Amino acid sequence: MSTTFMNETMTLLDLSPDAPLDEALAALREVVEDAEMPTVHRWREAGGKVLGHFQVYFPEELAHAAGMLPVKVRGGQMDRREADSHFGSYLCSILRSSLELALTKRLELDMFVTHPICDAARNLAGLWARNLPYPSQILYLPQNPNSAHAPEYLRNEYARVLGDIEAVSGFEVSDEALRRSMAIYNENRRLLRELYAVKRETPWLLPVDEAYVLVAVGGLIRREEHNELLRRLIPRITARSHRRQDKIRVVFEGGFCEQPPLDLLRAIAEFCYVVDDDLLIGLRWILEDAPTDTPDPLLALAEAYLDHSSYSPVQHDLRKPKEKMLLRRIRESRADAAIVAAAKMCEPGLDEQVAYMKELDTERMPYFVTEFEEKMTGFEHLQIQLETFAENILFE
Amino acid sequence: MTAAVTGEEIVGRGLREGKYLFAQWFMRLGQAAENGEQAAYVFVMGSLAELLRAFDLHIVFPEINSLQTAVKKVSGEFLTVAEDYGYSPDVCGYVKADVAMQLQDGRHPMGRIPRPSIAVLTNACNTYLKWAEIWDRFYHIPLVTVDVPASRSAATSGQLDDAALESDRRFVEQQLRELIVQLEALTGRPLDMDRFRQVLHDTNRMTRAWARILELNRGTPSVFNALMDGTVYLGVANALRGTPEGALYFERLVEEMEYKAAHGISAIEDEQHRLIFVGVPCYPIFRRFHELFAEWGGSFVSSTYLWFAAGGMNLGFEYDLDRPIESLAEGVLRSVRAATDAMMFHDRALLEAIDVFHADGVVYHPVKSCRTVSTGLADSRRVVLQQRDVQCLYIESDMMDQRVVSEAQLKNRIDAFFEGLNSRRLRRRAQEAPVAGPDASATRVPA
Repeated sequence: MSTTFMNETMTLLDLSPDAPLDEALAALREVVEDAEMPTVHRWREAGGKVLGHFQVYFPEELAHAAGMLPVKVRGGQMDRREADSHFGSYLCSILRSSLELALTKRLELDMFVTHPICDAARNLAGLWARNLPYPSQILYLPQNPNSAHAPEYLRNEYARVLGDIEAVSGFEVSDEALRRSMAIYNENRRLLRELYAVKRETPWLLPVDEAYVLVAVGGLIRREEHNELLRRLIPRITARSHRRQDKIRVVFEGGFCEQPPLDLLRAIAEFCYVVDDDLLIGLRWILEDAPTDTPDPLLALAEAYLDHSSYSPVQHDLRKPKEKMLLRRIRESRADAAIVAAAKMCEPGLDEQVAYMKELDTERMPYFVTEFEEKMTGFEHLQIQLETFAENILFE
Repeated sequence: MTAAVTGEEIVGRGLREGKYLFAQWFMRLGQAAENGEQAAYVFVMGSLAELLRAFDLHIVFPEINSLQTAVKKVSGEFLTVAEDYGYSPDVCGYVKADVAMQLQDGRHPMGRIPRPSIAVLTNACNTYLKWAEIWDRFYHIPLVTVDVPASRSAATSGQLDDAALESDRRFVEQQLRELIVQLEALTGRPLDMDRFRQVLHDTNRMTRAWARILELNRGTPSVFNALMDGTVYLGVANALRGTPEGALYFERLVEEMEYKAAHGISAIEDEQHRLIFVGVPCYPIFRRFHELFAEWGGSFVSSTYLWFAAGGMNLGFEYDLDRPIESLAEGVLRSVRAATDAMMFHDRALLEAIDVFHADGVVYHPVKSCRTVSTGLADSRRVVLQQRDVQCLYIESDMMDQRVVSEAQLKNRIDAFFEGLNSRRLRRRAQEAPVAGPDASATRVPA
């Protein structure tokens, strides 16, 4: 096996560093919404290998250290021509569109990993194996994080996946290489926290749809490039001269897996400042730096996942009752209300909606319940409802 | 078998006794509810009944309670209560029926179900996790999840002897030891190892008998219907797992099945087509669903349900009584892994079953309520069609929600399926005996 790989400074975004902020954001939006996956194609054309991981969380550091491009598989808006015949009814859109990307070779991978986040997603490893030529597997993230033995189990599971990654990439990953990747990802998460602080403290400078684009593009490019992009753009965002408007502060909950259309987020931004959310929470799952000075970096990554992490309906952890965690998110972001959303046919999301509603009722916290799916295009009705909801709070 | 046993006494005995034992079990649960006795809520896949029984806890299977509401034709009322409470029509009907039952103080068509003192679950189904969180919110009880890592890929599915098995087994054992500490705290007494061994021994007896029963159904005609009869047997297998009554029941069931095999007595009248069922039964019209197939001579000789809902009894794994906790960990790992394989990576096992059971057709029944079982079925059917010369039927409905069960539509699809099977048979016979021509009397249509 080799120990060196492609040029780490390779840029995958076709974006001038001097581009004005709004132009840069528009270009990034195009990249994020482009089902042709241009950054991934560029990487492959240069000879790079790609690991696709389905939502919600994957330790991308493992693939990064092996010189692969980790890509977040999160479906997308597209006409589905091939995937639907592989599924029955009663399933969410993200499963279908993710398989569509792979079957139509818009997204070409060398390895695919899914997780036991829900009953449907676990099936993707079998579906992929039956239809696509490269290895696919399930990473069994523990659903008993309360066991004293969960960190050791997860560390071993990461070691197993790393072995498979090494076999696919052809690169042997040393502890030192893994530590370097962890440092890059720590920096990335620090920058994302900074971005979210802007959204929380000065939401008029960064609407939710723009913040989303800045986060989502990270799932499509190397983290070194993402870090550089965020370092360049965050100061320009904070230097904006936008004025504060009469909008309510809300938390958006329900974007942990299937992603709402960007136009839906834009519709929300018309009336609300989204001061915190769980959109693409997997990219921001670990809340503190994973230590890079420990003898066992895999164990450090495992412990970060288990003990220094966010929450979502698809992780079961008795220390993190989801409805209490939502309340905390609302209070810490000083939100006036919550938008409790769920993707259509998303069982964990729909189940959790009930717990959220009961808790918010108890706490007398206003909330707005909605469902979404990738292929939604009309938002007028939602906007009217949201406008009424926001006005009720503003003029209470 | 004693010489005095007559065919009249023995044929159908398993169904009669199964229903009786089941009613008795529900009656005991009702008494437990009245007396405020401790009960553990568990799930079919990885129930850990052996351990819980050793602590003399009543064992409640909410999945069984829920399906019983559908079989008893009252699931609609239960679903409505849960939906009024806030649950979406698109989530698992089992969960909703249970929520409704909890909201109505355990009221159930089979009696009254006690509240949980503890819930013990595995990650075999993600909905288990969401479901148990609901009990935690209702009752603030200890909630113990045992992570049982399943097959990581199609390539490694079904391989139970790889090196990773021991690592996973050790993790399960560590969690079982943590669970034992919680059970000792809950019940106020230590684990009685002699009692635990006795329970394991009784499960071993059930497992040996069940393996023989499954084997007997490979013969022609089939001796039990995997859909109707099999569901009754599975009910006993789960509810009475690790009990002397359960063991005796299955040993007597072997007697019955051997008698039927020896005398050529089939599960349904005039078996014409041997079928494999993939998915979860259609409980809201359970008997009618069976009849729609039986009327054409279609008999379900096997099902994936018998694989993933049998608590691993289909695997033939027997506990080592000299290493009870270690062995229970291995049994749970093997059973949950095999169950998830049966739901997510079942292509290979299904192809094998088609050969072993001489199946003519495969019926896929994905349901709205269960995405674990249903998500991959449309896709795996393509593999089966490519690799075996069998007819496949793909019909969607639900295991709980009558609103998405259209009997007329199902009948149309099922009739067309059998017409295809019959014409295929006629064509084959014509090819085999071109001079004599097809014998139309050899196929059956419903009266």
